[in-house]
Amino acid sequence: MIEIRIHGRGGQGNVRAAELLAIAAFKDGKFAQAFPAFGAERMGAPVQAFVRIDDKKIRLREQIGKPDYLIIQDEMLMETVPVLDGLKSDGAILVNSNRTPEELQLNTKARVDTIPATEIALEIIGRPIPNAIMIGAFCAISGLVSLEAAQAAIMEIFPGRIGENNVAALERANEIIQKRKNHVETD
Amino acid sequence: MLKQIEGSQAVADAVALCRPNVISAYPITPQTHIVEDLATIVAEGKLDSEFINVESEFAAASLVLGASAAGARAYTATTSQGLLLMTEVLYCIAGMRLPIVLTCANRAISAPLSIWNDHQDSMSIRDSGWIQIHAEDNQEASDLHFQAFKIAEKTFLPVMVCMDGFILTHAFEPVDIPDQNKVDDFLPTFRPRHTVDPMYPRGLGLFADPRFYMETRYIVHRAMEKSEATIKEVSEEFNNAFGRQSGGLIKTYKLDKADLVIVAMGSVVGTIKDTIDRLEEKGKSVGLLQICSFRPFPRKLVYQFLKNKANIVVLEKAISLGRGGILGSDVRWSFPRTEQIDRKISNFVAGLGGRDIRMDDIEAMVERVEKEHVELDFLGLNRDLISERDL
Repeated sequence: MIEIRIHGRGGQGNVRAAELLAIAAFKDGKFAQAFPAFGAERMGAPVQAFVRIDDKKIRLREQIGKPDYLIIQDEMLMETVPVLDGLKSDGAILVNSNRTPEELQLNTKARVDTIPATEIALEIIGRPIPNAIMIGAFCAISGLVSLEAAQAAIMEIFPGRIGENNVAALERANEIIQKRKNHVETD
Repeated sequence: MLKQIEGSQAVADAVALCRPNVISAYPITPQTHIVEDLATIVAEGKLDSEFINVESEFAAASLVLGASAAGARAYTATTSQGLLLMTEVLYCIAGMRLPIVLTCANRAISAPLSIWNDHQDSMSIRDSGWIQIHAEDNQEASDLHFQAFKIAEKTFLPVMVCMDGFILTHAFEPVDIPDQNKVDDFLPTFRPRHTVDPMYPRGLGLFADPRFYMETRYIVHRAMEKSEATIKEVSEEFNNAFGRQSGGLIKTYKLDKADLVIVAMGSVVGTIKDTIDRLEEKGKSVGLLQICSFRPFPRKLVYQFLKNKANIVVLEKAISLGRGGILGSDVRWSFPRTEQIDRKISNFVAGLGGRDIRMDDIEAMVERVEKEHVELDFLGLNRDLISERDL
């Protein structure tokens, strides 16, 4: 079973990101579960959401304390919330940031990736909602969920123009990560 | 069709397939997406039903009472303080034998204000004459509604489907939503026993002086006991029609060979099952007795499955303040008096106000009851937050 914890602030589409990942995994033929950390939801408040993906039915209901993956939608949160808590040492972190992983100087053995998701969101979607970009980058980094399934999940929840813009943003994120991967391979 | 959807949506879809004639609810907090989704389904013309928003849960319960008395299949949903506000009317509905179905998205009760999950709300009206059935996951939460209308309309007792607030209502997981024709085959049109009609005036739930009142309570109590057979039968019919096990009175997991048995109900049984598998890998034999029907309480079955077990521990998300565990008490009294004396039945209260119940907590509980009998304790209690002065 793979466990993903998403950290962000109210209004960034954290819960929606978890739902979209679960729907996408379902479309890939896997079992998935998504649920929020049930805060008193308000704009700007720290929010958590959880995703589990497995090849068999998921029964576990506890919150995710030892994630395989972390998705951080707001890098400033890392200064106030112990977001790295419980992350597996062979896990991976994806941070919404304009900085490089080295510049973030995170105290972890896990793999760190960054993507300027808010910047891309403002450019393509016109609103600072980074979740589709983070999902696109996550698909490319983890290989856990197919890009096609993630696109279909977005169009299912947001039919029409909003969905199309988010799909475009997701594709951009995927391209950026794929390019980076190619660079590493040619290096 | 199998879909990856939110628990509330799965329940709304199931309720719509049951073709209720009247749906009434208070649309503001505390409420779930269930009635919001149903409102959409009705507004889009996908369900021919009267959807009536009202000013309070008291009004919502009163409205479905009236609708059911007039012969309609009626439905409402609420949670927490909303259920408490309905209380007076809920007793009337049971006393009038109106087969209404209500979804309770189980949540804690004020004060202090908590929007999170536990079972204190539905527990507070456990003695009202409503059948209370608890869902394990969103597939069951959805499926129980088809069964609930059938049970209610066979027994003329109202049925409350209890599903854990947030943990289930807000969780996205795969749920199979059946086709309308299959549901129509399973759930026949409602045939009321009596209806109120201005053309033929008749009273319902009126006045009973001391010569009559006690008999009404005896009748509801006996009907509740008899409904055990109906709950079991409807669950079996459902399993045959839809090809999956859902509902019924109790369920077990790895119980036969287990020395130690955990008794629990609601969504926490999923986490318990995973813990049992983990303990099995460590060479420990632990089983689960899952209570599906809390009211009526299937005490004979509980006794039958537990009578040869040396060590029993009840884990529950509610408490009778000043007495202790409620489910724990019901389990204990399922044993004949002579067998209670030397029996180890431990009782843990857990998850109040949404406190996370982790596999590690359940494992720690098992380790503790292996060593000692625990009359009552609170799982995961933070004693640093409690000062002697407050006790």
